[in-house]
Amino acid sequence: MGALTPIGNTLNEYWEGLLAGKSGAAPIQQYDASLFKTQFACELKNFNIEDFIDRKEARKLDPFAQYAMVSATEAVVDSAIMESNPNLDRIGVIWGSGIGGLKTFQDEAQAFFGGDGTPRFNPFFIPKMIADIAAGHISIKYGFRGPNYVTVSACASSTNAIIDAFNTIRLGKADAIVTGGSEACVNEMGMGGFNALKALSTRNDSPETASRPFDLDRDGFVLGEGSGALILEELEHALARGAKIYAEVIGGGMSGDAYHITAPHPDGLGAKNTMLAALDDANVAPSEIDYINVHGTSTPLGDIAEVKAIQQVFGDHAYDLNISSTKSMTGHLLGAAGAIEAIACIMAVQHDIVPPTINHFTDDPELDPKLNFTFNAPQKRTVNVALSNTFGFGGHNTSVIVKKFSK
Amino acid sequence: MSDIKTRVVAIIVDKLGVEESEVTAGASFTNDLGADSLDTVELIMEFEKEFNIAIPDDQAENIQTVGDAISYIEKNA
Repeated sequence: MGALTPIGNTLNEYWEGLLAGKSGAAPIQQYDASLFKTQFACELKNFNIEDFIDRKEARKLDPFAQYAMVSATEAVVDSAIMESNPNLDRIGVIWGSGIGGLKTFQDEAQAFFGGDGTPRFNPFFIPKMIADIAAGHISIKYGFRGPNYVTVSACASSTNAIIDAFNTIRLGKADAIVTGGSEACVNEMGMGGFNALKALSTRNDSPETASRPFDLDRDGFVLGEGSGALILEELEHALARGAKIYAEVIGGGMSGDAYHITAPHPDGLGAKNTMLAALDDANVAPSEIDYINVHGTSTPLGDIAEVKAIQQVFGDHAYDLNISSTKSMTGHLLGAAGAIEAIACIMAVQHDIVPPTINHFTDDPELDPKLNFTFNAPQKRTVNVALSNTFGFGGHNTSVIVKKFSK
Repeated sequence: MSDIKTRVVAIIVDKLGVEESEVTAGASFTNDLGADSLDTVELIMEFEKEFNIAIPDDQAENIQTVGDAISYIEKNA
């Protein structure tokens, strides 16, 4: 696995950041945000693409694709799959990105509309911007000639990618898939657009406490950027080469809200259906789930709807679960959220520790006080099975379930 | 070095990520400087912007080397 996140630039740094309850939020460095309603975000720290890719190549990649290359490379190296001389026709790349190359679009539009009207566009404009290019670049680097595409479902994108990777492998169409997602929308267009939707927290006087899922005073999500990558591999293929196995993916669920473009269904109907579909696909009872990494973006409506859905699906077992929103630390990485949160679930399963929901100050009376949101500190417990939820604008709901691996 | 030559070399060094010493008059963008077809299109576009000229596609096809670019721009800028 590989991770490039606002709280750590490698898988291990990310996991250490999650357990330390580290916030990735800070005033925006990438542009002057002084006129924006929200002036902070969860940006990457101490990251220089030229440490990973030479300048000439990096210039042809939008930041979202740069981040993809960094985490995918970490995952491929970590998996050691290239050392086993694999059949490259049977390794694919199924990536996720909610938006793609927004910075590239912004720069090119600015150059044209700010110019004299001469239509002089950079030939790399389109191949830098399109969301699918991340999968293309990863495949070119390693020669992976199996199925290759990118899923787009807003903030659910990379969970869709993981589920597609899982399905592709169990259909026998590939031995392994590089999956995950990346996003890079901390720029004027991204922040301005989400501000206009009133989706973002405006707690400019305290960025590090702004992402506070399930707190009474939550006021919107904090935009994050980065990438997460996972190598999904067919079990026998992995065992035959003696692969390091972090966990087993056992099921995925998908549903649509069919309700509103940005608001969640108030009773969490779509969220309920996707969790039920994932449990059914994994053939596990609700009582077998130990940990749910929720979508939990820290918006007033979304957090409530998701908890309603959890209580409908899990009944009294909801009180025995650990629930946490790691977005309290990383911010919301949009199309990369599913990837880094699946990684959080897998690490929780491996280490039997649940990362926390930080920034809890005041209980919300609308939330059942008997639920365990893992507030403010990680909790040790046996985590055999964990479920990750991600939901996207458009009413796209996805859940994926991972299980502790035993031979 | 002429002003035009200096500016052309600077663009090539920047866009292709090559050393200035490699950017000789006879150097071919594709054969010697590692450019692919899109890199070549980008170079032409950068020359157009830098020198405020329009290079028609049929003329651009003939600009294969550093020297070709400099002499075209000297004639047309």
